[in-house]
Amino acid sequence: MTMLDERPSEEANPELERKAERAESWRGFFTALPTYLYLVVFFVLPLIIITVISFAERSRTGKPVLGEWTLDWWIKLGDPLVRSVVFRSVWLAFLNTLLSLLLGYPFAYWIATRKSALMRNFLLVLVLIPFWSNFLVRTYAWRTLLDSNGLVTKVGEMTGLWGKMLFTEPAVFLGLLYGYLPFMVLPLYAAIEHLDWNLVEAARDLYADARKAFIKVTLPLSKPGIIAGSILVFIPSLGAYVTPDLLGGSKTTLLGNYIVTQFKSGRNWPFGAALSVTILAIMMVATIIYFRKGGKTL
Amino acid sequence: MSVQEGTAHRPWVDKVLTVNGWLIFAFLYLPILILVIYSFSDSKVVGIWGGFTWKWYNRMIHNPEMMGALWNSAKVAFISTIISTVLGTLAALALDRYRRWLGKGAFDVIMYLPVIIPEVTMGAMLLIWFTQILPVNLSLTTIILGHIAFSASFVTIVVRARLANLDDSLEEAAADLYANRWTTFRRITLPLIMPGVMGGALLALTLSLDDVVITEFVQGPGASLLPVYVFGLIRRQVTPEINAVSTLMLALSMMLVFISLAFQARSISKSKNKEA
Repeated sequence: MTMLDERPSEEANPELERKAERAESWRGFFTALPTYLYLVVFFVLPLIIITVISFAERSRTGKPVLGEWTLDWWIKLGDPLVRSVVFRSVWLAFLNTLLSLLLGYPFAYWIATRKSALMRNFLLVLVLIPFWSNFLVRTYAWRTLLDSNGLVTKVGEMTGLWGKMLFTEPAVFLGLLYGYLPFMVLPLYAAIEHLDWNLVEAARDLYADARKAFIKVTLPLSKPGIIAGSILVFIPSLGAYVTPDLLGGSKTTLLGNYIVTQFKSGRNWPFGAALSVTILAIMMVATIIYFRKGGKTL
Repeated sequence: MSVQEGTAHRPWVDKVLTVNGWLIFAFLYLPILILVIYSFSDSKVVGIWGGFTWKWYNRMIHNPEMMGALWNSAKVAFISTIISTVLGTLAALALDRYRRWLGKGAFDVIMYLPVIIPEVTMGAMLLIWFTQILPVNLSLTTIILGHIAFSASFVTIVVRARLANLDDSLEEAAADLYANRWTTFRRITLPLIMPGVMGGALLALTLSLDDVVITEFVQGPGASLLPVYVFGLIRRQVTPEINAVSTLMLALSMMLVFISLAFQARSISKSKNKEA
C-alpha cells in the first residue's frame, strides 16, 4: 500500500476511520471477554465475598451466617497468639528472602559469567530441574533427612553440632530456603545474563576497581532480577502451608497453616477469611514498599 | 561484546564463586538423590538401607487409592491445561494486539492478581465461593475450575512475552495480501506464538500437577489428587512407598522440563534458519 492512495481516503473519510477504530476496539474486547468473565466469576467475586464474609457471624458448625455482622474476627487479629503467628510468618518470609538473595546472587552471577555457552546452558538446566520439580516431593525429602534416622541428624550427632531438627523452626526455615531458592536464582540469572557488560568495562577503563565497578554498575543493573526474585520468594514463603505442616511442629505454626486450620478443625470460617485478607494485605504492602525502596536505594 | 570480556575477575574470586556454585548445587540435589535411593531400600524405615528392592514400586502400583488419585490428577491436569491455555492466549492477544478497548486497564490488573495472591487466600476464597454462594458440590469439577483460575494468568504472561518480541510486519503483509483476520491468525500469528503457547501450556500443566493448597480447599469427599493424597500419607506415616511415588513424580517433572527445553531449542533453531 502506498502513501498516495492512503492519504486522500483518510482526509476524505475521517468518519470511516473512526468507525474502523471502534470496530477494532470491540474486537479486542470480545477477544478478552471469555477470560474476563471467567476471572470475574472465579476470582474477583470470590475475592469480594471473602472480604464480606470476614465481617459475618459464625454458626455453630463454623460456617459464616450471612446477614448477621460483627467486627470480632478483625479484633481477634490483635490477640497475642494471632499476633505471634503473623509476626513469625513475616519474619521467616523476610529472612528467607534475604538469605535466598545472599546465596542466590553469587550463584546466579557465577552461572551467568561462565565463558562457554554450553557450560552456561548446562548449569541453567541444572537450576531448572529443581525449579520445575514437584514442591511437595522436595519438602518431603527434608522430612526424612531431618528425622531421627535421617542423614542430616546423623551428621549432626556425629559432629555434636546439632540434634534432631524435625518439627522445629530451623527445620521450617531450611525447608523454605530449599523450596524457594530456585525462584530467586532464575530471575537473577536472566538479569545478569542480559546486562550490558560494556558499561562494566567502561567503569573499569575509568579506573574503578573490581569492587567499585560491581557495586556501582553490575549490582544496579541487575536490580530487575533482584526485585522479581525477592517477590517470587517472599510471597509463597509468607503463605507457606506445606513446609510448616510437614517440617514444623505446633509451636511453629505459620499463617498458611493457621488459615487452613480455621477452615478445617478450627471451625471458624469468618476468622479464616479475615486472616486470608490480612495475608493478602501484608503481601501487597510489602511489594509496594519493596518497589519504592528498591527504586531509591539501588 | 560478549559476557566474558567484561568480567575479568581475579582468579581467587572466580575460585570462590565456583566452589560456592557447586556447594549450592549439592544442596539442591543431594536431598532429592537420597530420596530416590531410599525408594529402592528393602527396609521399612526411611534412612536405614536394607538392600535393593522393587517392592515399594510394586506396592504403589497395586494401591488402588494411589492409582485412583493419579488418574484424577491426570484428568484434572489435562482439562485445566487446555482451558487455561485457550483463555490465557486469548487474553494475551487482546492485551497485546488491540490498543484500546472497554475495560482494558482493569483487565490488565485483574489478570496478574492470581499470580501474586498467596495460595491459601485463593483456596479459602474459592471454598467460600463454591460452598456458601454457588449451589454446587465440591468435586473434581471445582478443582478444575480452581486450577484454571490461577494458571490462565501464567499462560497469559508467557504468551504476552512472546507477542511483545514479535514484530507485526508479517501480519500486516498478510492483511495487505487480502488474507482475512481468521486466515492471518491461523497461518501467521498462531505459528509464530506457538512456542509461547506451548511454554504456557507446560507451565499450566506443571502448576496443576504440583498444586496441594488450592486442591485441598476445593476437593470433594473421596476424590483426591495425587499430591494431596501423598501429602496425607506423609502426615500419617513416612514409608518407602512414599519415596517410590515421589520418585515417579520427580521423573514426571523432569520429563516436562526436557519437553519444554526441546520446544525452546526447536523454536530457536527455526528462527536462526530464517536469519541465515
